[in-house]
Amino acid sequence: MKYLYVAAAEEVERGALAAVTARLAAEFGGPVRDMELGSVDFAFDAERRQYGSIPLLDMLLRRCPPDAAKLLAVTERDLFIPVLTFVFGQAQLGGRVGVVSFARLRQEFYGLAANREIFLERACKEALHETGHLFGLVHCPERKCAMSLATTVRQIDLKDDAFCAACGARLRRNPEGTQV
Amino acid sequence: MKTHWQILVVDDEEVMCESLAAWLREDGYVVDTASSGRDAVEKARLRDYAIYFVDLKMPGGMDGIETMMQIRRLHPEASIIIITAYATVDTAITAMKEGAQEYIVKPCNPEEISLLVNRIIKVKNLQRENTILRKKLTRQYCVHDVVSKNPRMQEIMALCGEIASLRSTVLIQGESGTGKELVARAIHNAGDRASKPFVAVSCAALAETLLESEFFGHEKGSFTSANQQKRGKFEMANTGTIFLDEIGDISPKLQVDLLRVLQDRSFYRVGGSEEVRVDVRVVAATHVNLQQAVAEGNFRDDLYYRLNVIEIRIPPLRARREDIPLLADHFVERLSHELGKDVSEVSEGALRLLLDHNWPGNVRELENAVERAMVTCRGPVLTESDFGFLAQAAAPAPVWAVPAGMTIEDMEKVLITATIQRTQGNIKEAASVLGIDRSTLYEKIKKYEIPR
Ligand SMILES: [Zn+2]
Ligand SMILES: [Zn+2]
Repeated sequence: MKYLYVAAAEEVERGALAAVTARLAAEFGGPVRDMELGSVDFAFDAERRQYGSIPLLDMLLRRCPPDAAKLLAVTERDLFIPVLTFVFGQAQLGGRVGVVSFARLRQEFYGLAANREIFLERACKEALHETGHLFGLVHCPERKCAMSLATTVRQIDLKDDAFCAACGARLRRNPEGTQV
Repeated sequence: MKTHWQILVVDDEEVMCESLAAWLREDGYVVDTASSGRDAVEKARLRDYAIYFVDLKMPGGMDGIETMMQIRRLHPEASIIIITAYATVDTAITAMKEGAQEYIVKPCNPEEISLLVNRIIKVKNLQRENTILRKKLTRQYCVHDVVSKNPRMQEIMALCGEIASLRSTVLIQGESGTGKELVARAIHNAGDRASKPFVAVSCAALAETLLESEFFGHEKGSFTSANQQKRGKFEMANTGTIFLDEIGDISPKLQVDLLRVLQDRSFYRVGGSEEVRVDVRVVAATHVNLQQAVAEGNFRDDLYYRLNVIEIRIPPLRARREDIPLLADHFVERLSHELGKDVSEVSEGALRLLLDHNWPGNVRELENAVERAMVTCRGPVLTESDFGFLAQAAAPAPVWAVPAGMTIEDMEKVLITATIQRTQGNIKEAASVLGIDRSTLYEKIKKYEIPR
């Protein structure tokens, strides 16, 4: 039996982690396994003062347990790829490992008062989104679908905390998620 | 739809390459990577990518610009996006001049890059729909006034029938006199709007305010000479087709207004506050290269893409000389009725003259020539001498005597003067006939003080 793993970096708030794990278990039919990732400081880029999502994914591939069908890592660090100012997360399309960053999902990041409800909602949507990529889903043109591309939190907030009917059907047709 | 489009990311840094590729793959594109300019050109040889992301700075002899130029040599239509750092933005701007479609400064906002890619793909999708439409061509004449056995023209006529009943905007490009309005009418007549109005407006040489009221009409007293309400051409064309000739000439403000009509299918009369809704099919035409006007910033790109949903390029008459005898006969037949003259044919010699002429004014010039010859001719056959005025305008007659004491410079002056006359002042064409470039021709015109 292969499992969906959620791997938390050491700095991740455990309450939020539990909420995300529960949402993924409900969506993909649990159980979802937990894993401790420790520090992700090795991915720190001194010039950008952010964390590289590519070295992070490389590390995840090396540490992916044999019984993991898919592994989604969660971090509080702000992620980037060289060509972009930031990414909310990144996943190998139809692959084994992905990562979600909570950094920009918090109101505090934008100088606003903390709002736990908004943050948790965004965290669940983004976790669904990256996991969807792991199962081979590409961006969905339906703005309300969790698989639509969001490049701002505003766009995340416009999404539902769920896949649209078409993406849901695609997931069911291809539960291994090896193909697009 | 997206999965059909392939993208190539070119960068010597693997992380850079792979991360952008991964990001684009999440968006549904099939993405390849190349680690050097040479590698990229190799890959471009094997397949044409919809978009090429090329890093400006690459080691190993072939930088981004060189890579881009080689790719463009293989695929002139390729969309190339240059990736650059802040320090080299100037070079990126050079790259734009060499044909890059866009450049992005890294790191760039995810939203920016996603909008950019979407915009390019949208245009590619439209262009592809276009090609599909064209492939469905049937060999069926839909136009009686367009006479041609040229394959390109037959394709155009078939396309007219094919698209006649769509509401998509059509952009007709062609030199003046090529019959753009005829083609527009043909589209209108072949479709289900045939019984509805066809309204033609020339956008050339009308002041902005006049043209605005011409387009949209005006309310009483909206400007000095408006003493009563007037309906604009868009209102008159309601349920039918509006033909906007010389669309390249309209002012930036009217470009915005027109864009709004195309988007909303509604507008306001000048000085009016009531929204007027219309159902009008727009066929636009231009003799200038609109794409170039867009590149030079003189024409809005969004309006261009709105207009250019279906593109028709009419070849000049000199590119379809096989049609000259057909057209000449057609005009003789039609004009003999109109002028009440009993002329039935064109002689061999006259035909040879017509075939040799360059026709800078295209079909219209040919029609005018036939008419002029018919007015003066005195028999049932149009002969060489009836077309004498063409020979006069033309460059040196087949045999001519060189006046004594003529210098090479004198001769050059005569040759240039005659050529410019023959091309009716079209410098670009004159330069090409003379086999020299435009700037050289301008220098010589100045030097010899040749009137234009
Ligand atoms: Zn969806
Ligand atoms: Zn995504």
